[in-house]
Amino acid sequence: MPRYLACTFAALLLTAVSAAAQQKATITGVADIPFTPVPNFLKLPSGESLGESVAVATNSKGHIFVYHRRDTTRLFEFDRNGIFLKEIGKGYYGFEFAHSVRVDKDDNIWTVDEGTNLVTKFSPDGKVLMVLGRRPPAVDGPVVFPVGPNPPSQKYILCRPTDVGFDPQGNIFVSDGYCNNRVVKYDRNGRFLAQAGSEKAGTALGEFNLPHGLQVDERGNVWVADRTNNRYQVLDNNLKPIREITNLGVGWTLCISPGPHQYVFHSNSNPNGNAPGTWETTGEIYKTELDGTVIGKFGKPGKVAPGFQVVHMMDCRNPNEIVLGEIESWRVQKYILQPASRTATH
Amino acid sequence: MKLLKRLLLVACVAASFPAGAQTPVPALDFDAANPLTLPDDIYLGEVGGVATSSRGDIYVYTRTGHPTVSMATARPFAHGGSRLFQFDRNGRFTREIGAGLYGFLFAAQVRVDPQDNVWVVDEMSAMIMKFDPQGRVALLLGRKAEALNNPPRAGGAGPAGEGGGRGGGRAPGAGAPQDVFNRPTDVAWDAQGNIFVADGLGNARIAKFTKDGAFVKSWGQRGTANSEFASVNSIAVDAQGNVYAADAGNHRIQVFDNNGTFRREITGVGNAQAICMTPGPNQVLYVSNSNPPTDIDTAGEIAKMRLDGTMIGKFGKAGKLPKEFGTVNAIDCRSESTLYVGEIGNFRVQKVTMK
Repeated sequence: MPRYLACTFAALLLTAVSAAAQQKATITGVADIPFTPVPNFLKLPSGESLGESVAVATNSKGHIFVYHRRDTTRLFEFDRNGIFLKEIGKGYYGFEFAHSVRVDKDDNIWTVDEGTNLVTKFSPDGKVLMVLGRRPPAVDGPVVFPVGPNPPSQKYILCRPTDVGFDPQGNIFVSDGYCNNRVVKYDRNGRFLAQAGSEKAGTALGEFNLPHGLQVDERGNVWVADRTNNRYQVLDNNLKPIREITNLGVGWTLCISPGPHQYVFHSNSNPNGNAPGTWETTGEIYKTELDGTVIGKFGKPGKVAPGFQVVHMMDCRNPNEIVLGEIESWRVQKYILQPASRTATH
Repeated sequence: MKLLKRLLLVACVAASFPAGAQTPVPALDFDAANPLTLPDDIYLGEVGGVATSSRGDIYVYTRTGHPTVSMATARPFAHGGSRLFQFDRNGRFTREIGAGLYGFLFAAQVRVDPQDNVWVVDEMSAMIMKFDPQGRVALLLGRKAEALNNPPRAGGAGPAGEGGGRGGGRAPGAGAPQDVFNRPTDVAWDAQGNIFVADGLGNARIAKFTKDGAFVKSWGQRGTANSEFASVNSIAVDAQGNVYAADAGNHRIQVFDNNGTFRREITGVGNAQAICMTPGPNQVLYVSNSNPPTDIDTAGEIAKMRLDGTMIGKFGKAGKLPKEFGTVNAIDCRSESTLYVGEIGNFRVQKVTMK
């Protein structure tokens, strides 16, 4: 019995150590990208404040959308200068626990709610256009957090989904999520086409362990932040795996800038609960080319701006102006990047 | 072997058509669009019910907002989760009725009676709430459970259990005592104003009340025989006082006389989750073969039929686009050519115009 306990303890210790070790990116010698933070970027009306600011996105006019966890989950719209414009979805059935907001090429606003299991498409003026998934019915009583294996994944039911993306044809991709481990492809009208992964977690290519962020590049390839596997995966448009990226730390979230020359931003986010000293070795954001070439890195953890306490989502519509949503410091920041010399050559 | 396969194929094709329908069902031409203009701070969620009044007002009972269970209380209490909205005949928002009402938890249905009273059915509070045309509470049937059962059911939306109401020792789904409900779904009235409650998913029975709300009788229990139901999802009463009960789980509509005596059944209607009967001398029935919320690649069409079950035609299919339907839970057919359809899956109402 003591021997069994000792073994268990050793195993736990190993797990803890290896998890912490894996969060440090294995890549070395990456240049720092200088940046200027924009102080007090967002101006809220008096009486309003942000909660856990897990999701940020901008539209073609530069308006900023913040989908955050406050008294309940709420979606705020700001103008390009950070002046509050309005709230969207007040009292909406699909809002309980924010996870992601993205804006498509037609400026429709898409929210991913991890509490209601719903992905919602709003028109640019905030009307509901499409709903994916279904909220667990209240009449069935409170949902008890499931123990044991996840139930089988279903085409049209999501389980704590995390993110949404769109290819140039308008097909919809959902990373799903905390109680499935898959990426789902729907057509532009919301019909199921394919999925990679399943309810089961896995480590092979095309399998996931907490797919936590998702973006689609202009070629239609699907990029997935495969968080608990400490990697990113790139899938083709039919969700066949192409490659993995394992040297940028934990795969928390990613952003791909639009336009003819796309850049990818990867966040090696560092939450509370990690060992002392990790502020010095993790938490940075990497800027890369689509082919994986690392251009540079910037930022580090910190409770005080311009440090950040868990970047949960990034907007990179302008690859030199990064808007960052943080969970644990309840704030949104904007960094103006100085284009790195390597960037300038492209 | 080849012959066997062919026979099997023929049998399968035949089975996919309603019984008795040897010829293909006519496809009815229709158009559909969202008729409602919502204020910026009002959002529809799952639409339990939609109904119109004689003046053309449109009432929508929807699951929206934030269903809440209180904490740090002696027992867990449920609050909120559904709202009742009124729109004018052009779809412009008029007002909210019963904001914060004790019984508004999980919208099941709204119907408007011939006197323009608005009747709301809530599946979770298990109440039928009648509002007068001014929006004041006029009559209540059933009572909201004081608190949620503890411990709660395990996660996931399973099928309704063998409810049996709150009493023991009765037939499965028969319900007891008989003037309280277990996940009721719908309400209808005969020409004398007697009230018929579809009760529903937790129970599997129909309860009859006088127009003043006095309990008269109850019939039905869970099962597949005549006068038994898998569930009672929707209900309508014809001009003669016969009661039409959609037994979706058994893919049929059962017809009873005014006292609950079984008369006949209409089969081949699929998952008849919502039915509506037109008023007037030549009544017809609209029946939705609603797709399940888990799948939009199956069913979803609405059938139009005569009261004897003869099929007139069908229209629509499951999906998320306009002119497609996402788990229809309500049909209003005050006019035979203009329907209002409420959807669970798409958080919307569509106004359907039959061509």
